[in-house]
Amino acid sequence: MSHEGRLLRAGVLAVVGLGLITPIAIGLWQTGRAALGILPALGRNVASLDSWHELVALPGFATSLRLTLVTGLGSTLLSVLLATGFCAAVHARMTSASGARMLTPFLAIPHAAMAVGLAFVMAPSGWIARMMAPVAGWDRPPDFATVNDGWGLALTFGLMVKEVPFLLLVILSALSQIPVARQMAAGRALGYGRGIVWIKIIMPQVWPLIRLPVWVVLAYALSVVDMAIILGPSNPPTLAVAVTRWFTDADPTMILPASAGAILQAMIVGLAVALLLIAEKVGKRLGRWWIRRGGRGLSAEPGLWAASAVVMAMMAVGLLAMLSLVVWSLAWRWSFPQVLPESWSLKPWTNAQGGWMRALSTTLLLAGATAGLSLALAIAWLEGEDRARRSRAPWAEALIYLPLLIPQIGFLYGLNVGFLQIGLSGGITAVIWAQVLFVFPYVMIALSDPWRALDPRMIHAAAALGSGRGRRLWAVKLPVLIRPILTATAIGVAVSVAQYLPTLFMGAGRVATLTTEAVTLSSGSDRRVTGVYATLQAGLPFAAYLAALLIPAILHRNRRALSGASAT
Amino acid sequence: MKLSLALVLSLLAPPALADWQQTLDAARGQTVYWNAWGGDARTNAFIAWVGEQTETHYGVSVVQVKLSDTAEAVTRVISEKAAGQDAGGSVDLIWINGPNFLAMKQQGLLHRPFVADLPNARYLNLGPTSPASVDFTVPVDGMESPWRLARFVFTYDSARASEPPRTMAGFVDWAAANPGRVTHPDPSNFMGATFLKQALIELTPDTTALQQPVTDAAFDAATAPLWAWYDALRPNLWRGGETYPANESVLQQLLNDGEVDIAMSFDPASTAAAIADGLLPDTTRVFVPVGGSIGNISFVSIPYNAANVEGAEVVANFLLDPATQAHMQNIEVLGAFSVLDPARLDEAASNAFAALPTAPALPTLADLGPTLLEPHASWMTRLTEEWARRYTK
Repeated sequence: MSHEGRLLRAGVLAVVGLGLITPIAIGLWQTGRAALGILPALGRNVASLDSWHELVALPGFATSLRLTLVTGLGSTLLSVLLATGFCAAVHARMTSASGARMLTPFLAIPHAAMAVGLAFVMAPSGWIARMMAPVAGWDRPPDFATVNDGWGLALTFGLMVKEVPFLLLVILSALSQIPVARQMAAGRALGYGRGIVWIKIIMPQVWPLIRLPVWVVLAYALSVVDMAIILGPSNPPTLAVAVTRWFTDADPTMILPASAGAILQAMIVGLAVALLLIAEKVGKRLGRWWIRRGGRGLSAEPGLWAASAVVMAMMAVGLLAMLSLVVWSLAWRWSFPQVLPESWSLKPWTNAQGGWMRALSTTLLLAGATAGLSLALAIAWLEGEDRARRSRAPWAEALIYLPLLIPQIGFLYGLNVGFLQIGLSGGITAVIWAQVLFVFPYVMIALSDPWRALDPRMIHAAAALGSGRGRRLWAVKLPVLIRPILTATAIGVAVSVAQYLPTLFMGAGRVATLTTEAVTLSSGSDRRVTGVYATLQAGLPFAAYLAALLIPAILHRNRRALSGASAT
Repeated sequence: MKLSLALVLSLLAPPALADWQQTLDAARGQTVYWNAWGGDARTNAFIAWVGEQTETHYGVSVVQVKLSDTAEAVTRVISEKAAGQDAGGSVDLIWINGPNFLAMKQQGLLHRPFVADLPNARYLNLGPTSPASVDFTVPVDGMESPWRLARFVFTYDSARASEPPRTMAGFVDWAAANPGRVTHPDPSNFMGATFLKQALIELTPDTTALQQPVTDAAFDAATAPLWAWYDALRPNLWRGGETYPANESVLQQLLNDGEVDIAMSFDPASTAAAIADGLLPDTTRVFVPVGGSIGNISFVSIPYNAANVEGAEVVANFLLDPATQAHMQNIEVLGAFSVLDPARLDEAASNAFAALPTAPALPTLADLGPTLLEPHASWMTRLTEEWARRYTK
């Protein structure tokens, strides 16, 4: 192991430690202090558990907690089941690359934009109801709670529309590392049904590869704010929304129980992950016993097809939601029960000057800066691993995932106080920093596997021809890896565009992005303007994904082996 | 020559105006971060227009920080105080009133009194009981400057609901006859709380108690009829009273979608404006209960640690200019009623107001009936807490 390799590794670790982990620790520390009743600005200097008593006594606390658990755990469990079932049914006909292309719009669109679209499609006065109105004979919308329902079903559905495609992508890429076709043939030859081969043979190998992404989905679903505001119930809302509301209550002393709620939110995610680990242990034991019994389970087949049908229906509703955003942005008047607008207008689009142009340019700046920084850091990290000839330690892997597993609301309030103390809050720098916390992990995860899959013979050949480390990186690795690098950048752009709470808290509200504007506008009355912002919000990451597909194809048009076949 | 003229003028000017010139000089080049609720596109456009004007005339630019709730700005100032940032804060000007003003005043988060120093304050009636001097019965003490008048009104679609309720008590029968066709914003929102207050004023046995800070005994006595009324109303609300729209804008969208027949607003001109914008059917009209409705004034105030105090004062003063107020009251611009005292305007200014255009859905001041006083701010807090205790399960 060379001296230079060690230096690079130490440098990267220092940046990640100081730049990413320290802020989270400071944020949790500040929030934790307030949760224990210490808030000097309000003259509270004595630690006590009063904040927790207050939190528990707040109206609707128990219901909020129940809603969070039911929607968070329910949507994750159902998403995993559906994604698995769908993969089992269609895997033979779908490659990882074609899957990625099909799923791109669902991955690109931020949660908030999808929620705005779904809210319109599913509402009693929404698109589906309008299509049914002539048949059902409705002259006014029926009084059904199809969105904002007290059980959180609409929220659960909304989360699934976003999470199933993400899990599909993760499972598809995990499957490319497993000889599925051969194992399926062997299983079928032994008389097992197709579905049971999936459950008994293939999924146990897939699970370790998708475990972390499932945790991320679970952590996200338990603590989501923007989607829960738009689709979830309001009286009371889920815990994360309630905590956000308490943080911004007119009564400043509400910050104390809000902080306790934020810490509770973090504890819930921790417990849920622990629960998943225990379930995995139990499942392992039961599974072994079950496999040894040798049941051939031919009856699982209809279940798989049902899962695929549900996934297809969900995607259709999702596409309808995206389409409705575009239609609304072009409508003038569109009232119930008209299936299409009565009159059209380009007014929301042409009012660009004072409107969306500014938010778009801020969003572009943030996306460029955060994706660029994250990419540089990720490449430095991976190159450091190469030079040290070391694989990643589990603790380093945990470090990368940490920001994705701790609920944002748990440390953002405290982090804002911390940033204020060093005079950094309210500016674009603070927002970039806070966003990188969440962009870097995704970029790193997206880039790690393709980087390791790079054929080492190419590097050896370059070394044998006398190129140094720097030249091997710039002239061989990066050009060969241009496709995964651009894909990772596109993912980084998508994550940056979608950030709501970090932008709101760290930007002191002054940094207006497409997402903050779309969420603010979704609490307004003009769906047409919301449509413009949500369309742009979905369009920007989509353009980034498209660029990630097209640029390598053009650059490598005369390099067949590099144009599509390289590991993505 | 120029210098001596300036000298003569400054000698002739009364002391307050000389101070104002200093303010103008200091303000030049400042950028004022105006934290204002951002849910209304017309208000946002008006604020942008204000920024253009102050930029041209005084070299003060305005950036609107769009809030989804005014309390966000209060929290921001508290966070800054928590971090010891007692100067150079991120909030220069806040659109504020009621409980948020009370909270900031009580916590010592506001700048020293400034309204009396504004030259255009001479157009205001600043008498001790004038609506411009008390905000939800809390004395303003010069710490916030008025800019627009708010009156609570209902909006209904005359094509769907021919006969809206005439009193708050009448809502119970109306909802029973039209179940699921009316609701109100969540009372944690300003507008939802105002709906409850409007009913409280009509139903309570003794309205004078509402002008005093709330006590346990007074609260129980004053609100008993309100809860009886609400228990009768709630089962027939939209979605059975299980969920509520987040704010008045979402409620207006529900009216536009035909999910409900009645919405509410704190701006009598908002309906005509929304029709012009294609956001409500042409058949939408405004009504107020026969006894009148709650009215108050929207203010702007300056936090104690604001970075651009002078710029904020220049903006506050510009908002009170009769020409600005007439522009604001124009239904084609914003349609918000002026806060100036008509008796203090000169003839040109009066004529400017008289010449403003009108619209079918725009009520006249006479249509709106008497203005009812806001209860003391502590009532609103207690009312929303009690509502949550009773109905948030």
